[in-house]
Amino acid sequence: MTGRAWKFGDNIDTDLIIPARRLVTSNPEELAKYCMEDADPTFAELVRPGDIIVAGDNFGCGSSREHAPIAIRAAGVACVIAKNFARIFYRNAFNIGLPIMECPDADRIQTGDRLKVDMGRGEIFHLETGAIFKSSPIPPFMQELVADGGLIDHIAKTLKKSPAAGAGARTRKK
Amino acid sequence: MSMTIAEKILAKHAGLPEVKPGQLIMAQVDVALGNDITAPIAIKEFKRSGATELFDPERVVFVMDHFAPNKDISSATQVKIVRDFAKEHRLPHFYDVGEAGIEHALLPEKGLVVPGDLVIGADSHTVTYGALGAFSTGVGSTDLAGIMITGKIWLKVPETIRFVYRGKLRPWVEGKDLILHTIGDIGVDGARYKAMEFSGEAIAGLSMAGRFTMANMAIEAGGKCGIFHADDKTIDYVLKRAKRPWQIFESDPGARYAEVREYDCTKVEPQVAFPHLPEKTKAVSEVGNVQIDQAIIGSCTNGRIEDLRSAASVLRGKKTASYVRLIVIPATQDVYLQALREGLIETFIEAGGIVSPPTCGPCCGGFMGILADGERTVATTNRNFVGRMGPRSSEIYLVNPAVAAASAVLGRIGSPVEL
Ligand code: SF4
Repeated sequence: MTGRAWKFGDNIDTDLIIPARRLVTSNPEELAKYCMEDADPTFAELVRPGDIIVAGDNFGCGSSREHAPIAIRAAGVACVIAKNFARIFYRNAFNIGLPIMECPDADRIQTGDRLKVDMGRGEIFHLETGAIFKSSPIPPFMQELVADGGLIDHIAKTLKKSPAAGAGARTRKK
Repeated sequence: MSMTIAEKILAKHAGLPEVKPGQLIMAQVDVALGNDITAPIAIKEFKRSGATELFDPERVVFVMDHFAPNKDISSATQVKIVRDFAKEHRLPHFYDVGEAGIEHALLPEKGLVVPGDLVIGADSHTVTYGALGAFSTGVGSTDLAGIMITGKIWLKVPETIRFVYRGKLRPWVEGKDLILHTIGDIGVDGARYKAMEFSGEAIAGLSMAGRFTMANMAIEAGGKCGIFHADDKTIDYVLKRAKRPWQIFESDPGARYAEVREYDCTKVEPQVAFPHLPEKTKAVSEVGNVQIDQAIIGSCTNGRIEDLRSAASVLRGKKTASYVRLIVIPATQDVYLQALREGLIETFIEAGGIVSPPTCGPCCGGFMGILADGERTVATTNRNFVGRMGPRSSEIYLVNPAVAAASAVLGRIGSPVEL
């Protein structure tokens, strides 16, 4: 995937991602309208599908609300790259189908830079300079989960393909 | 490659010869746990996915403990959702009033967790089972739903920090004090996303109850799990209870740690964590005059029989100070019965305390001992966050059971040696 970077700082908490006052709905399109509102009021209006959020340490800290990654995904963001993520946000993001990548070199990316992301190889190409930043590769099973829209949708899809898939594990030895 | 206990357990459950910190894996889960708060949401997600069957009803455990016996209509409704689901799917491990107790005390007691297991629970204190040499961690309800259907979960392999406890424990120092001291040292974020491996001769000397207490509070340092090497004490414990074979893992001598920290236990006094974070610890001798209104002895941290024995040994023949409410909550029915047989319940009642049926009760602000504005409690629980047991102005001081008992008698936070 290729997209433009939107750069944010350290400790972007879930209230900056989607303020608590906007949580009167869980409708993703509604939430998207207020995504990053308190960090950058222009973001929701100017963000384009495929854009990439880039941030520093501890992205997504704060509450355990899944609304935060949902708002980001619904805003059209293709991927979040940060130096590291708050633990709960990390799980929530994948589980709702938002790909995220940890990259120690996130500091070297600026707003507006064009990036090409290879999740499977764990590589971020900085198209402005040709630099390649390393990240942990996202294994195929996690890419599938993200592509299907998150954990439960992924499972639902798998179940539809082969209804026994879930119960199949029952045959394991005890 | 050399690996830590945590890495070995994860590698085995992912079916891989080895794993490295940071790696994303898909792992087979041995036990999945939900409670009366988290299971209803997981059940809803389970149904939304179109699933009809559990991956293995033997390995899904639901414990009704937070607001049980049901404290009001909404908690009764939540429990009913889980009860109906348990009936429909003939769950052998659904624990309701009469059999239930606080989940993290109950599962080990029932032999449902064994060394080498991968246990995932929709409750942050699922980390408790690390005391048995299992990899055990908490997730959200969506993840629980995923496991209920597929028996699997994706995990990121954590780095491990090794904690080494040297020397002998001083009188009245328990597992609670070691873990509070550690959290005081590294902070509530000190082990963020990391496995905490506890070792050293002081740990070898610690009872299983003390180890459960320590593992239980790994999450209070941000840890993904707290883990112990299973030794003779562990085997003794599981021999009487386990329903499945187990496997013991040891960290390799060359295993890589993010950090190694050592503590000299001969210098550790009983600890008190001041409001409103578990890291705000002081030695009990340095507390000063902190008057209390209530003392709570119980929870998944310190509601086991050893904890009640310790508290009773302090309270025997004594009375609680005037205007101090002492509430004792055995963590499970077995603990309750054993305490009854040993005369501990008599001791608590004669000392002026009351004994509640097994429940989380006040620990998460549910019921059975909520505080009023500005009131203070000592508690053997694990979290002293703002407003956890009452209004924002109320205060929780985390202590071990002996210090809680002594404080109830003194009317202020103090040590058993003062009695
Ligand atoms: S006793 Fe407290 S910490 Fe433990 S499971 Fe219950 S509410 Fe959670």
